[in-house]
Amino acid sequence: MWSMALRRMMVALPSLVGVVIVTFLLTRALPGDPAAYFAGPAASREAIEQIRVKLGLDQSLPVQFVRYVADLARGDFGLSLTTGQPVLTEIRTRLPASAELTLLGLIVSMGIAVPLGIIAATRPGSLVDHACRVVATAGVSLPVFFTGLILVYVFYYLLGFAPAPLGRLDIFYNAPPQVTGFYLIDSAIIGDWEVFRASLKQLVLPALTLAIFSLAPIARMTRASMLAVLASDFVRTARASGLTPFTVIVTYAFRNAMLPVITTLGMVFSFLLGANVLVEKVFAWPGIGSYAVEALIASDFAPVQGFVLTMAVMYVALNLLIDILYGLIDPRVRIEA
Amino acid sequence: MSDIASAKAEVHATGLAATIGHVRYVLGENRVTGFAFGLFVLIVLAALIGPYVVPYDPLASNTAAALKGPSASHWFGTDQLGRDIFSRVIVATRLDFIIAVSSVALVFLMGGLAGVAAGFFGGWTDRVVSRIADTIMAFPLFVLAMGIVAALGNTVQNIVLATAIVNFPLYARVARAEANVRREAGFVQAARLSGNGEARILLGHVLPNIMPIMIVQMSLTMGYAILNAAGLSFIGLGVRPPTPEWGIMVAEGAAFMVSGEWWIAFFPGLALMIAVFCFNLLGDGLRDIVDPQRRT
Repeated sequence: MWSMALRRMMVALPSLVGVVIVTFLLTRALPGDPAAYFAGPAASREAIEQIRVKLGLDQSLPVQFVRYVADLARGDFGLSLTTGQPVLTEIRTRLPASAELTLLGLIVSMGIAVPLGIIAATRPGSLVDHACRVVATAGVSLPVFFTGLILVYVFYYLLGFAPAPLGRLDIFYNAPPQVTGFYLIDSAIIGDWEVFRASLKQLVLPALTLAIFSLAPIARMTRASMLAVLASDFVRTARASGLTPFTVIVTYAFRNAMLPVITTLGMVFSFLLGANVLVEKVFAWPGIGSYAVEALIASDFAPVQGFVLTMAVMYVALNLLIDILYGLIDPRVRIEA
Repeated sequence: MSDIASAKAEVHATGLAATIGHVRYVLGENRVTGFAFGLFVLIVLAALIGPYVVPYDPLASNTAAALKGPSASHWFGTDQLGRDIFSRVIVATRLDFIIAVSSVALVFLMGGLAGVAAGFFGGWTDRVVSRIADTIMAFPLFVLAMGIVAALGNTVQNIVLATAIVNFPLYARVARAEANVRREAGFVQAARLSGNGEARILLGHVLPNIMPIMIVQMSLTMGYAILNAAGLSFIGLGVRPPTPEWGIMVAEGAAFMVSGEWWIAFFPGLALMIAVFCFNLLGDGLRDIVDPQRRT
């Protein structure tokens, strides 16, 4: 088991190297002269030259690359020009907000999509099956920021169920003491159920927006793989042996059908992490996505690059996790590996 | 001489008639594809003649009529500057359509050709192309697009380029797989035997054979290209106000959603949704025609 996990990690390594190279190239591709940019508009020629030397921009590309990697290894992502803070610190404080939102979105999405796909597959041609197809096609056509705004209009303005789309917590409440950084978990730890409810209220709409967006591929994949499994011999045998439909579907078919669904999760995460940026902007969510958007508008590049790198590293790690999970669920993969 | 020319013209004419007949058959066969095709014609029409037929100037503000809901004179209402949203939505079609089409065309050139070469030649060409595709796939795609636009500069051209780059792996992989199975096909060997060079075989024999599949791919990714570009302009990249563009119009209307003026963001968002929906349906329909086995 451990050797398999290790081997998977080795496979992820080239991706990681590629990610670092691409982000490095992006820092070199800045429009205009990066040194002049970092020096600011009022800088003299000597000051620009000084900054060029300080940033190592007078060196050759390979030397600059080594410096870049060394900086990254020390956790130096550069300084944000607008806030003056180190990028890594800001990303670290804002990451839990994004992670909590994305994970909750994924959980909600799986909770709806998987049963929907299973029911659609067990009753092909039924109303649920058609509903599944409509959801799958409509889901991928909906711009995620548009869904978010519609939800805000309906549930905040019209119905008044949801709080104003302004961040993680109403200003009347204080954030719970940080343990995990997830407000839901942190407030539950200290037993402050009022804060728990308040932060859950803030989370519902953005998480639902993300869920609607990622529903489509999961539902489609669950339906397709469930259909394939239900048509296979071992399911026929199980049925012929007189097992109840529930046992056949849940114990026999479902487990086997989940494997391709887990593989799809890699793609779903790619969409989710991107959609997260847009959702954070709609709901003024203080995560790393909105941090990057604010920096983009201010032409502050270091945070954007730090953000792209963080996201890419997380995405590689998530794919690795999915791979390992796959091996845990399916013993055949372990033996082959 | 003239006989040959007229015979050629005749063949051409019957070929054209056959094509039209086939298209009609296909559209009649699947109602949904026919419907999507109708939508597609509407979108193209709006992109072509939209700016000449809209009732108002999309940039003209009229503060006296600001923030009015949909009415007989302003079908989709007016925004905070009193501009007519219907006119702006229609005029925006051209820009959104151009961004999507050019990014898809660009990625078809880059990814399609690189993929065909990788699948056909194998060896180091294959390794380089596959490695590039893998590296791009290691990023969440929208995030990479943001990074590219941030680094190259905040312009519409770079939005097109970024959208093309993030779609590169999809095209390269499909083209590679398709070219790979045709590498040693009979017609390729025949072409080689008759003395054609490898490059000529690649462009003249292999590429035309995988075109149908690539066209399906283009149609399927067109919707994603529109969403990607609109998402980038929603967060303030590329297109600048007051240019009418769907993503930026939704962004402009976002602040008014909480105070109840829903129409400012709703109609451009709806246009965006319909366009993406249309391309997705069309892509599915085209795939059914080219590759009936993959029908779901």
